[in-house]
Amino acid sequence: MKGWRPPAPFLLLLPAILVLAAVVIIPLILSLYSSFTPFRLTQPASLFTLIGFRNYARILTDIEFWTAFGRTVLLLTVALNVEMLLGLGLAMLVEKATRGQRLLRTIMMFPMMFSPILVGFQFKFMFNDNIGLVNNALQSLGLTDQAIPWLIDGSLAFFAILVAEIWSSTSVFAILILAGLLAMPKEPIEAARVDGCTPWQTFRYVTWPFIMPFAYIAMTIRSLDVARAYDIVKIMTDGGPAKRTELLWTLVSRTAYADARMGLANAMAYVAILLSILFTVYFFRKLSAARTQIAAEW
Amino acid sequence: MATVSLEKLVKRYGAVEVVHGIDLEVADREFIALVGPSGCGKSTTLRMIAGLEPVSDGNIKIGGRVVNDLPPRARNLAMVFQSYALYPHMTVRENMGFSLKIAGQKPEDIAPQVEEAAKTLDLTHLLDRRPSQLSGGQRQRVAMGRAIVRQPDVFLFDEPLSNLDAKLRTQMRVEIKKLHAKVQSTVIYVTHDQVEAMTLADRIVIMRDGYIEQVGTPEDVFQRPKSKFVAGFIGSPPMNLKDAEIADGQVVFANGDRLPLPARFRDRVTAGQKVTFGLRPDDLYPAGHGIHSGEDADVHKQDLRVILTEPLGNETLVFSDFAGAEWVGRMLNPRRLSPGEALPFCFDLSQAHLFDRESGRTLRG
Repeated sequence: MKGWRPPAPFLLLLPAILVLAAVVIIPLILSLYSSFTPFRLTQPASLFTLIGFRNYARILTDIEFWTAFGRTVLLLTVALNVEMLLGLGLAMLVEKATRGQRLLRTIMMFPMMFSPILVGFQFKFMFNDNIGLVNNALQSLGLTDQAIPWLIDGSLAFFAILVAEIWSSTSVFAILILAGLLAMPKEPIEAARVDGCTPWQTFRYVTWPFIMPFAYIAMTIRSLDVARAYDIVKIMTDGGPAKRTELLWTLVSRTAYADARMGLANAMAYVAILLSILFTVYFFRKLSAARTQIAAEW
Repeated sequence: MATVSLEKLVKRYGAVEVVHGIDLEVADREFIALVGPSGCGKSTTLRMIAGLEPVSDGNIKIGGRVVNDLPPRARNLAMVFQSYALYPHMTVRENMGFSLKIAGQKPEDIAPQVEEAAKTLDLTHLLDRRPSQLSGGQRQRVAMGRAIVRQPDVFLFDEPLSNLDAKLRTQMRVEIKKLHAKVQSTVIYVTHDQVEAMTLADRIVIMRDGYIEQVGTPEDVFQRPKSKFVAGFIGSPPMNLKDAEIADGQVVFANGDRLPLPARFRDRVTAGQKVTFGLRPDDLYPAGHGIHSGEDADVHKQDLRVILTEPLGNETLVFSDFAGAEWVGRMLNPRRLSPGEALPFCFDLSQAHLFDRESGRTLRG
């Protein structure tokens, strides 16, 4: 007996386990641990004071946090619905194109290729009240003679962020729904037309059930995206004015770095992740139900 | 219940014309089969009737009314597709009742009609399944059920049995025939399978390259083919068609072999005329093993060498060597033959066909 030897599978997986541990598991445990401390970046020693659930208890009653939380959910709901409708429309138009469809598909993906930071800067410029394109256009068209304070008024700023978010990501829906439309057999649609369906009924009863799973995949991806929304907001308004566009992650980063309260920020982050998990579970349920319905083989 | 007429119907895709001004009258309650090789325009014609393809020129009338510009939903047709085209997310019941639901009927009115159709097609026990849980034959029956429930003026079938295996196809063929006897609707049935066309249809329309070659009853197209194409397309195994020339009142083949000129063509050909001689396998048989074609039989006997045989049990197909080519004959009450064996064959010339070699048209009156 030369001592214990770990089983071969474990040994073979060890490199992967080590890398995962270094990159994912240890930071995760560390941040989870720090959410139970009053850790401040300016006082490193505070990392070793355990305060139990005090950070979490504080968050539960923190109006600022719940406002940001609610605003994130609102952004998510509105953005996803609008993107879904626009994406559906785009996909159906592109699907109809008999020529240059590949080109259109490529062009459709352009917004996804821009860095969100860049998108933020572009829209910050376009919505600028003095020199922005939007006000310029509105004034030239004679729709208003005011300089609308897009990024200064709270709800207008939220709207501006929404527009930027939608512009940059509608193509996620469009691409996935287009994939669904292209994969769809054409005969049921023809059968529906012969069966007496108007174009709207054909869409409602035949096309839509078929592309629903594709829409839910896009929903899942985008709900995770929007729940983590940070860069566009950071650039366009930085949560302002007066925290009127503060989202979860801008709040978390402000708490962690500007206020240097790392422990509290980590606790917030963990609560925020709950939101992502909830949405993911919800859309996955929907997705698998929709898949069963059309008897998809994937 | 309605008549369907096609008047100078044309279909063009860009500059390419695929259906060249065809005319066809389909009587009320008639079962019409459109047959032809793939690419002959039969499916395109059906889809134009259904309204799924726009008409390029000419008219389609259903029940006397021009429907060219009506959308499919306004034509009161039902169509059965080759791929069944069931709605995958609906149960059999919902699939069958869908057109009634769209038409605004109440659920309590739809249910009995669906039940009724399901009973006709023996689908009652499958009503709550989804298409993915059904076999090919069952899906095909659901597709037909969906058509029946609508009680349409005209049924359109687009190669409905092509995706089924041979045995099921034979079964479904019988089902379709029974169904037509029961529902008494006008049916237009597209197929490339001449057996389906022969067994099902009141009249057969044989199409080729966007033209109608011949319209007639199954007996017509089998016994009196108007062209070489029809003669070769209808019948299995196909008719023996060999090029020949008329000389000395005989049919002379390329290698010099001869057959007497069939009596009924004696006044219809001239010496030196280039023809195609046609004889069905049924009319070429080893002596004593054939169908007697009655008193007017005009049998020519000749010794032929057997190349190979295909025994089918009740009969044997005999491939023999004549006029430098291979001829198929049908041997009834077969006995075993060995390749290379020479035996006397009967050519029943009263059943022979002659076609003009250039135009392919029949030379009989």
